[in-house]
Amino acid sequence: MNAVQVWGDRRIEEIVGTLLRTGVILSASVVAFGASIYLVRHRAVRVNYHTFHGEPRDYTTIRGILHSAYGLHGQGLIQLGLLLLIATPVARVAFSIWGFAEEHDRMYVVFTVIVLVILLYSLFGSGAAL
Amino acid sequence: MNVLQFTALVGIGSFAAGLLGALTGLGGGVVLVPLLTLFFKVDIRYAIGASLVSVIATSSGAAAAYVKEGFSNIRIGMFLEIATTVGALVGAFLATKVSAGVIATIFGCVLLYSAYLARKPRPKDQRDLPPDRLATHLKLNGRFPEDRTMRHYNVQNVPTGFSLMFGAGALSGLLGIGSGAVKVLAMDQAMKIPFKASTTTSNFMIGVTAAASAGVYLNRGYIDPGLAMPVMLGVLAGSLLGTRILVKAETRLLRLVFAIVIAVLGIQMLYKGLAGGL
Repeated sequence: MNAVQVWGDRRIEEIVGTLLRTGVILSASVVAFGASIYLVRHRAVRVNYHTFHGEPRDYTTIRGILHSAYGLHGQGLIQLGLLLLIATPVARVAFSIWGFAEEHDRMYVVFTVIVLVILLYSLFGSGAAL
Repeated sequence: MNVLQFTALVGIGSFAAGLLGALTGLGGGVVLVPLLTLFFKVDIRYAIGASLVSVIATSSGAAAAYVKEGFSNIRIGMFLEIATTVGALVGAFLATKVSAGVIATIFGCVLLYSAYLARKPRPKDQRDLPPDRLATHLKLNGRFPEDRTMRHYNVQNVPTGFSLMFGAGALSGLLGIGSGAVKVLAMDQAMKIPFKASTTTSNFMIGVTAAASAGVYLNRGYIDPGLAMPVMLGVLAGSLLGTRILVKAETRLLRLVFAIVIAVLGIQMLYKGLAGGL
């Protein structure tokens, strides 16, 4: 490993660290904001998680989540926050492609693209998410 | 129970799980699903959905700190994430196919194994191993700061490590856990990566691995906002506090207590899984 590469690695690590922290703080804030609305409106509703019935499309598709979050629904905002959380590692991987490309490391650009494709497939391809 | 009581109790339980997980280094995710299914009577599919989300939060939060300090090896992480993300996708699809009883049974076995691993003394790092051809070609050998100098290490047994990582990913996707224990096993034991580098790189990988199954979970309706919210915020707050107040002297006893808790939960999960009480 030569000096230029190590220096580049350190810089990428710094940016990745900031990216991860920002993503977590942002998503936790959106979840907490949604939680306050949800708790005020639904505090007295009885909970039942004993039987699984899945979630409505408002909370399982990106379009549905954006729509209900835009309408300031508590649960929709919470889902939006969780979606931002899931997107944080995805953004980290996407950024790494650029980082490895900067270092002209073709092998790792390929590896990273493979991981990104798998992640995007999970989000968009695994069950008509849009 | 109404929403307010449920949110408060689940939030407190998740906070405790995150705190203990961070203090003992055993991870809080592994006790969350038993906590939710056994005590709050939550269906195991909702429980693994909420747990997986909290795993992404704690891993990303902790990874942010470690990456900046230069302990984790980004190349090892990236290369092995190919195995863990494919495994996670397979695991998440399996989770939608098999019954709750099967998931609970496998979960019980993983809990018992984690408890055993937590008590097993760790063999000393092997230093100055010769470079391995495949590892060198893949540029996996790395270094990290130790005693004010940089310590170099040569990675070994890449194919074994890669296969174990696929298994770790599959377990993560099937059970909604970080499966950090299996990841560390693969890197520390098989690939001979020094403990400090393998734990931090494992943490770095957990978020990406979990994100690979989270998409499937979200689409299949496993992630419920009312449940995931107190779990995610509670675990995140607990683990952040835990990493701040790391007290050296008392971790041994704490690890023992937490290992016993994990074992007891493991037996209960195994029993419920086999007897069909979920």
